[in-house]
Amino acid sequence: MNTNHPSATATRISRRDSLQRGVCGAAGVLAAHQLGSQFVSAKPANTTPRFGAKSASAKSVIQVFLWGGMSHNDTWDPKPEMGREYMGEFGDVLSTNVVGMQIGGLFPELAKQADKYSLIRSMTHGINGHETAAYLMQTGHSAGERLAYPSIGAVFSLFKGQDYTGMIPPYVVLTKPQGRFSEEGFLGPKYKPFATGGDPAAARFEVEGIVARGITDQRQSARRDFLDKINTMGRLMDGHPQLAAAEEAKAQAYELILGQGKEVFDLSKEKPALRDRYGRHTFGQDCLVARRLVESGVPYVVINYPGGWDTHKNHFATMRRQCPELDQGLAMLLQDLHDRGLLDSTVVWCCGEFGRGPKVDWQPPWNGGRNHYGKVFSALLAGGGFSGGHVVGSSDDKAEEVADRPVYPADLLGSIYQLAGIDANAELPHPLGLEAHVLPTESEDAPSAGRLTEIM
Amino acid sequence: MLERSFLWFILCLTLVWRGVAIADDRAANLYERADPATSNGEIDRIVFAELSALGIQPVTCSDAVFVRRAYLDVIGTLPTADEALQFIEDPDVKNKRAALIDRLLDRPEFADYWSMKWGDVLRIKAEFPINLWPNAAQAYHRWVRASIVENKRYDQFAREMLTSSGSNFRVGPVNFYRAMQNKTPEGIASSVALTFMGTRTESWPEERLTGMAVFFSQVGYKPTAEWKEEVVFWDPLDASTLPDSAAPGQAAVVTSLPSSQGTDDARESIAKPAKTYKRSAAVFPDGTKASLRPDRDPREVFADWLITAENPWFTRSIANRVWAWLMGRGIVHEPDDIREDNPPNNPELMAFLEQALIASDYDLKQLYRLILNSATYQMSSLPLADQSEAPWARYPLRRLDAEVLIDAVNQITGTVDLYTSPIPEPFTYIPKDQPAIALADGSITSPFLALFGRSARATGMENERNNRPVASQWLHMLNSGHLQTKLERGPALKAVLVSSRNPTVIAERLYLTILSRRPTDAELKAVASYVGSTPLKRNEAAIDLAWALINSPEFLYRH
Repeated sequence: MNTNHPSATATRISRRDSLQRGVCGAAGVLAAHQLGSQFVSAKPANTTPRFGAKSASAKSVIQVFLWGGMSHNDTWDPKPEMGREYMGEFGDVLSTNVVGMQIGGLFPELAKQADKYSLIRSMTHGINGHETAAYLMQTGHSAGERLAYPSIGAVFSLFKGQDYTGMIPPYVVLTKPQGRFSEEGFLGPKYKPFATGGDPAAARFEVEGIVARGITDQRQSARRDFLDKINTMGRLMDGHPQLAAAEEAKAQAYELILGQGKEVFDLSKEKPALRDRYGRHTFGQDCLVARRLVESGVPYVVINYPGGWDTHKNHFATMRRQCPELDQGLAMLLQDLHDRGLLDSTVVWCCGEFGRGPKVDWQPPWNGGRNHYGKVFSALLAGGGFSGGHVVGSSDDKAEEVADRPVYPADLLGSIYQLAGIDANAELPHPLGLEAHVLPTESEDAPSAGRLTEIM
Repeated sequence: MLERSFLWFILCLTLVWRGVAIADDRAANLYERADPATSNGEIDRIVFAELSALGIQPVTCSDAVFVRRAYLDVIGTLPTADEALQFIEDPDVKNKRAALIDRLLDRPEFADYWSMKWGDVLRIKAEFPINLWPNAAQAYHRWVRASIVENKRYDQFAREMLTSSGSNFRVGPVNFYRAMQNKTPEGIASSVALTFMGTRTESWPEERLTGMAVFFSQVGYKPTAEWKEEVVFWDPLDASTLPDSAAPGQAAVVTSLPSSQGTDDARESIAKPAKTYKRSAAVFPDGTKASLRPDRDPREVFADWLITAENPWFTRSIANRVWAWLMGRGIVHEPDDIREDNPPNNPELMAFLEQALIASDYDLKQLYRLILNSATYQMSSLPLADQSEAPWARYPLRRLDAEVLIDAVNQITGTVDLYTSPIPEPFTYIPKDQPAIALADGSITSPFLALFGRSARATGMENERNNRPVASQWLHMLNSGHLQTKLERGPALKAVLVSSRNPTVIAERLYLTILSRRPTDAELKAVASYVGSTPLKRNEAAIDLAWALINSPEFLYRH
């Protein structure tokens, strides 16, 4: 195909398009939900079979990403009998409300909720580099050649965004993005997550771009009119396809700035007692915002844990500080979703890009640290059609190898996709027309031990 | 009665319509010169001939548009209010554009900005998915920038990258061979073709890539005792794949990496089964068989073939790239997709640029100068009356690159941004006042740069940079704390706001600072009416003016 000439047809269509939008706008009939859905107006390839859309149990996903890699020994796969060499300062285990299921002593709240989630103790990929492992955990593809695959959130945005009618973008990150591996890949910036910025535990959750400090709605509107008035060049170029596209994106932005979109982020609408139960710390309030986002229909929410788990050094102190917050926020999130009848339609999954060395490194400079470990680690999985109260797979007695039933990243992601009615074999629209699928196809020979049918 | 009011309505409409039309005529003069464009050399002769056949009368942009365009295109930097004013008021109408072009080509920002562009193409990035490591990314960038400062012949620039050997920390250009995800001979050949031949091997017949891969089948990589240092060298005996060899090579790369640094990744990426490449199988991409002597680095043989004037890809690729960089679109488009079934949209123009580059001994600055001085480059960007899509009839609208945009905002407000790298190494300290266009390493970044589509530098393809508008970018421009803080607290902007008690003077200064031109009477009236009607303090109203100008397409786009 000769791609060297700008397509006059495409230009004409987009002009007519923008003209129609202008007419609609003038008549004031452009409903907010239509604008919202334009956030994801690109359609996936036509060849995509939309199987199971009706039977899909998962409408939304909340992913708690423990960037840096959380130790599995000290949390959800304790090996108390291995002693200090492996367990360091955390020898205690807790029984949960599910008979026979035990977790580490730092998680008393999660111990009371075990019927709502299952634990995978045999996650594995063998990758020990942060970026490559995170990429694999978020895409299901190995970091390889020219293709940079989109993360699971961007894939949700592509497929679920079609039917999503909210004003908030379909893929939201609380509060900071983690870089390329949590993002849009070759799908382009339209599928980049919306990162809120700000701190939901602060007096006012200032969502970057939506809730600004010190600008009243009145000034916001006046500014907008003023900009239109002095937009001399824009008026001379009226109908220019590029500017029309920019104006369309701008109209969407104003729906959030001046419309009702921002109320979802207004935590003052929640009862103070409930906010307390989530924990008055950033992670706890992240969880509460995530619940509000899911309530308003957002298909994919990532909480990038506010604080890292890359505990080469100072491991035990960091765990003592962070685990109780993780425990409180996550347990309350499960409870609250359950209480509101949202847990059955919301997948919650939580893990890092890998685990940490099961054997404590007591040598300097680590002095009791744990290093990267991709051979075996744990993940927590709940809701959306996953049953709770089960342990999938196991590690060996030292938590160093998979003992039983390996679960590879593509198995985990594939199971989530299946519950959401997204075909893991569906083709993704590559800008150069290269062949790309949601997850590696059989011919790509990616490691897999099958989907998590035991809890689906 | 009804009829009369209807007529009255029509009359009003007519008046309003005329009013708009008059205002627009005046506004057009802001952006366009009244006299018809005159041809200035061979580029214009070729382009104008095509335009005249289509009945299009070329129009030149105004001086105010030109000064802004030239600064943004040549040095990726917004002109200051004084620089813009000085140029606009310079009475030497005949020579001032050429003189400005010469001045800009000599500015240090020229090297910064074009190193940034080359950084995208050459994939200068410390980590993921390109893994140069920070120190090597800096060395690579330093070499590229020095080459641009000395205006190194482009054929030499290419040859040095293809034939260098040595340490990634000490010999900058060897990093070319490290800045690729796939380091098999085929993978290297593919990167070489994309970078220096402007062509994607995905569209090649398979045997062409196989024949070319042989030239890169003796590239060796080996570590040294220094952490993350790696030597790229000619390895005819394939020593770097043998265990226990004197040049320990790949096996040692694996064992040298600390367990926390992606050992398994490294193992995976380099433990490809050794395939044998016979010297006799080397074929240049044009189909000519090469004879490789055992005592000569085949990379040199390839480089010598590549950089000859007769090479059908080499000169075309760079001439077309430079044209695309300045004109927004390749004569062959996309500029890294040269193939037989994607011909230039103006073959005569393509051929002329190639010949001009050869005649100047691959002097890229000379090529910039030639294009920048053409009336074709200096055309107006306002749309044509008949909206037809004649190539090169208008200077195309393009959103400012992420780095250029944030630098412009910072220059206007007198603020800085923080650039960081997630890689915990000491080489990533960035001086506070360093502009984004001067960032060496693609891993050193900010949320703004990521949001506005800075290249990920993963593949070296031109389209990795993405300037398409999305709503979240608008949220940031219109309403973020990041921008609002700059507008409220930026010392340079504050200085403008307190420079006079006369709102008109302040408005003029803001227009010159942000849009590089003076305001029209109509604009001044609109400003006065905003200031008069708002309950805001005068300073806040002025901040709103700066906000509105920064969010206008005239600021956000190259035009």
